[in-house]
Amino acid sequence: MGLTVDHLQVCYRTLRGDVKAVDDVTFGIEDGEIMGLAGESGCGKSTLGNSLVRMDVRMRQLGGRVELDGKELPISNERAMRDFRFKEVSIVPQYAMSALNPTRRVGRMVAELLKSRGFDYKSALPELERRVKLVGLDADILKRYPIELSGGMKQRVVMVISTLLNPSLLIADEITSALDVSTQRAVGEMLLEFRDRNFVRTTMVITHDLSILAQVADTILVMYAGKLAEKAKADVVINNPLHPYTQALISSLPDVGMRHDEHTLVGIPGRPPPLLNPPAGCRFRDRCPFAFDRCANPPPFVEVTPGHSVACWLHSGGASPAGGDEPC
Amino acid sequence: MTALRPDELVAWEEDRPAATDAGSAKPRRFEFLYFAVRNKKLLLGLSIVVLFVLFAVFGPLFVQHPMLNYYVPFRPPSSSFWFGTNYFGQDVFSEFVSGLRESLLVGLLGGCGATLIGMTLGFISGYMGGLIDEALNVLCNIFLTMPVLVLLILVAGFLHHTSSLVEAILIACTTWTWSMRAIRAQTFSLVSRDFVGLARLSGEKSRQIIMREIAPNMSSYLLLVFILSFGGAILTAASLDYLGLGPSNGMSLGIMMQQASDWNSLQLHLWWWFVPPGAAITCIVGGLYLANVGLDEVFNPKLREL
Amino acid sequence: MLKIDNVTKVFKTGTFGGGSVPAVRGASFEILPGEVTSLIGESGSGKSTLGKMILRLTPVTSGTITFEGTDIAGLKGKRLREYYRHVQGVFQDPFSSYNPVYRADRVFATIKHSYFPSVGSDEWHERVETALKSVGLNPGDVLNKFTHQLSGGQLQRILIARALLLEIKILVADEIISMIDASTRVDVLNLLSNLKARGLGVLFITHDLSLGNYISERTIILRRGAVVEMGATQKVFDNPQHEYTRMLLTAVPQLHKKWEAGPEHDLDATGVILQDQRRGRPGRYSRSSLHPLAGLHSRKGRRAQQAAAEREAAEGADRTDTYLRTHEEIAPLVEVEKDHFVAIPTGTG
Repeated sequence: MGLTVDHLQVCYRTLRGDVKAVDDVTFGIEDGEIMGLAGESGCGKSTLGNSLVRMDVRMRQLGGRVELDGKELPISNERAMRDFRFKEVSIVPQYAMSALNPTRRVGRMVAELLKSRGFDYKSALPELERRVKLVGLDADILKRYPIELSGGMKQRVVMVISTLLNPSLLIADEITSALDVSTQRAVGEMLLEFRDRNFVRTTMVITHDLSILAQVADTILVMYAGKLAEKAKADVVINNPLHPYTQALISSLPDVGMRHDEHTLVGIPGRPPPLLNPPAGCRFRDRCPFAFDRCANPPPFVEVTPGHSVACWLHSGGASPAGGDEPC
Repeated sequence: MTALRPDELVAWEEDRPAATDAGSAKPRRFEFLYFAVRNKKLLLGLSIVVLFVLFAVFGPLFVQHPMLNYYVPFRPPSSSFWFGTNYFGQDVFSEFVSGLRESLLVGLLGGCGATLIGMTLGFISGYMGGLIDEALNVLCNIFLTMPVLVLLILVAGFLHHTSSLVEAILIACTTWTWSMRAIRAQTFSLVSRDFVGLARLSGEKSRQIIMREIAPNMSSYLLLVFILSFGGAILTAASLDYLGLGPSNGMSLGIMMQQASDWNSLQLHLWWWFVPPGAAITCIVGGLYLANVGLDEVFNPKLREL
Repeated sequence: MLKIDNVTKVFKTGTFGGGSVPAVRGASFEILPGEVTSLIGESGSGKSTLGKMILRLTPVTSGTITFEGTDIAGLKGKRLREYYRHVQGVFQDPFSSYNPVYRADRVFATIKHSYFPSVGSDEWHERVETALKSVGLNPGDVLNKFTHQLSGGQLQRILIARALLLEIKILVADEIISMIDASTRVDVLNLLSNLKARGLGVLFITHDLSLGNYISERTIILRRGAVVEMGATQKVFDNPQHEYTRMLLTAVPQLHKKWEAGPEHDLDATGVILQDQRRGRPGRYSRSSLHPLAGLHSRKGRRAQQAAAEREAAEGADRTDTYLRTHEEIAPLVEVEKDHFVAIPTGTG
């Protein structure tokens, strides 16, 4: 049960060719798991998340298979996906605050949404009110217009609406990036709460902010330039990362308490490769301090220790680089 | 290695929201041309308009019978009188060519004038904001609600004869309102962008900022506004001429229609008198609007499909 | 060097400016050369407004901002341009800071036009290259390119290079790294820190406490437009006195530490908190954080807290933020230890 993604390839059609935003990605999320999908801009994480719910007009699925709870998710078939959306797969989009129709009262919007999926608003109302109260809002919020709500309130309302029909898969796309620190915490704790109360079975949290994932996620999946780099339990990824990209990323994040004069952090030089014509071999090669000859071939994403998968020749049974040890 | 353009990265460049409005994220110029030549609406609309313009430009070369001569009246189209003759025996074809030129000219002048006035007021209003904006808004509202017809009747009453130029000026002075509103709105959204703030920090003066920073970003939008103004002006001029408020000398498509209707061409089955001008106006204005829709698709990546 | 003295900014809202919202209330602090000063606050705290006021992009409603003794409000024309030679800003969105119609290096051309008209083009080119190298950029990589061909980090650094060309004394950096990739953020941060060595004063505006802690010598915490705590960064972070500062510190998500159970960790502007079923706490309003007397545990403080909470309950949730902005007392700053000031209300409730 849960989500299984098998060799998924999604590209964007552009004038100059296909941009392979998601290039042969395979992973799974268990029931009850919150998986964080981390990476920087342009790595394909938003494409991956969005393709599971709604393929944008410019996206095309080139291959692969997605299964949710044993059934295939027909992600490239817009019509067929309508049956799944909101009921089994749901998304809390980026800038959720603008997702609310400003000309409709919140309650009316929910009623219309439910009606389009064949549910009756009146019968769903008691549960809706219960959940609204659960996240600390008043039930009369349903009678308000979005403009009367603050940013944090809107975010919470959107989350309640997205999870109203208890979806099997919830995709949260950068839901904390535009929020204040205190609201971020409230939203993060809400994700945990929803999972604990079984409103949502599997959750995929997409963000570039690893520190939020450290708080909320059970496992973290790191993407780089359209491919998977590393996947492991959250604390393992943060405290013991194996992939050089993850290592460099973690060591470039300032935590509270670090001072520049005591401990100067270093960023990663260079930029991610363009996905229009990605380089052959490991995509991180040009920026990797440990690159060696084998990296000219793309490393497979394999499990090196139970529950910990990496796509790096340093760890997946290749010849080790001349000169011995590399820090893990 | 060039990275992809912002509007290509639109949905998956997570660090920034997509550039959406037509004037802002401007790809390279060849990009516009690529889409422009493939957009059916634009091509169709533009071809119709160009056809009529060519007709107007080269038409006089084919006029066999001067407009002011009188021949046999009521003649349907034939090989010697391509559009037949009207109630008075004048050659409808030469009237048509002459009228087309006038209509297009008035439309162009009026449209340009309206766009220029709208641009000036729109930029000032959008950039300055505050009291100036409120005042200009009030002015705009006055002009919006002003009955153009009444104004023109008054003007016609005062002037002994109105010429096409006067008509064009009047159209410009009364139809600038909606283009001012549109440009003002776009300017508002651009003024809040950081590069305008940076321009101020670089010591650029307000006028320079409007001309060099804001206007170029809106160039596609301004083009669309102009096209619509042009079409609107032709229509307005035709309507005014039809009501008899047009130039007191000369010929235009609207005047043709006015004469045709005054002299019972419908009842007398003189269809060749009113159909050409009517069809011409419809086709030109329709073509312009169609081209406009096509251009909008060309400029706005979100409306395009690959 | 740059002194902000009891500055207030009120925005007019509604048609013809009927309503008003105070964005900044009675803020006072200084930016000194050779230091990075962080201005930390959440959204709506007024930090960006303060930055804009310092850059003269929006006028001050009351109070004064003086630069080296001169009030900047009266500067016009040439004197304003002189001011901009010494004080410049870099903004949050690198892609919005450049006019997309032109190439990115046009930003250098505009300042040459305004400030260095007589400098020869060869010499100018040399100066530009030196400035670019000093911010860690390779001139060949960034010159003659359009904005969309460069990354966010490169664009922000070009803007810093531009400011350095003007030989500025103060740089206002308004959330400059929040829209750059995590891996390049720290390079720009390090750059800001290195500017100190040139004698620059940097005002680093951010909502992220860990960044503020990383590079700044002094920290100012803003809430609802008023300064609630300020002082040497170490002192403010190691020994936060104001309840709001403490709340911020516990709510910051960290890599190696889970969120601590804190009393008022989850508010939004209405003060509505997450129902904590596990602890069985009810509560529509988190009294202690809403109320200006937050942090005081004296009996007088508690009584005043209760009175205020009752008043707020009567007013209703929606108006809490605006209500507080207009009615809350601007608490004076009290020096609780050397170089550490906290806003403590005078307790009149």
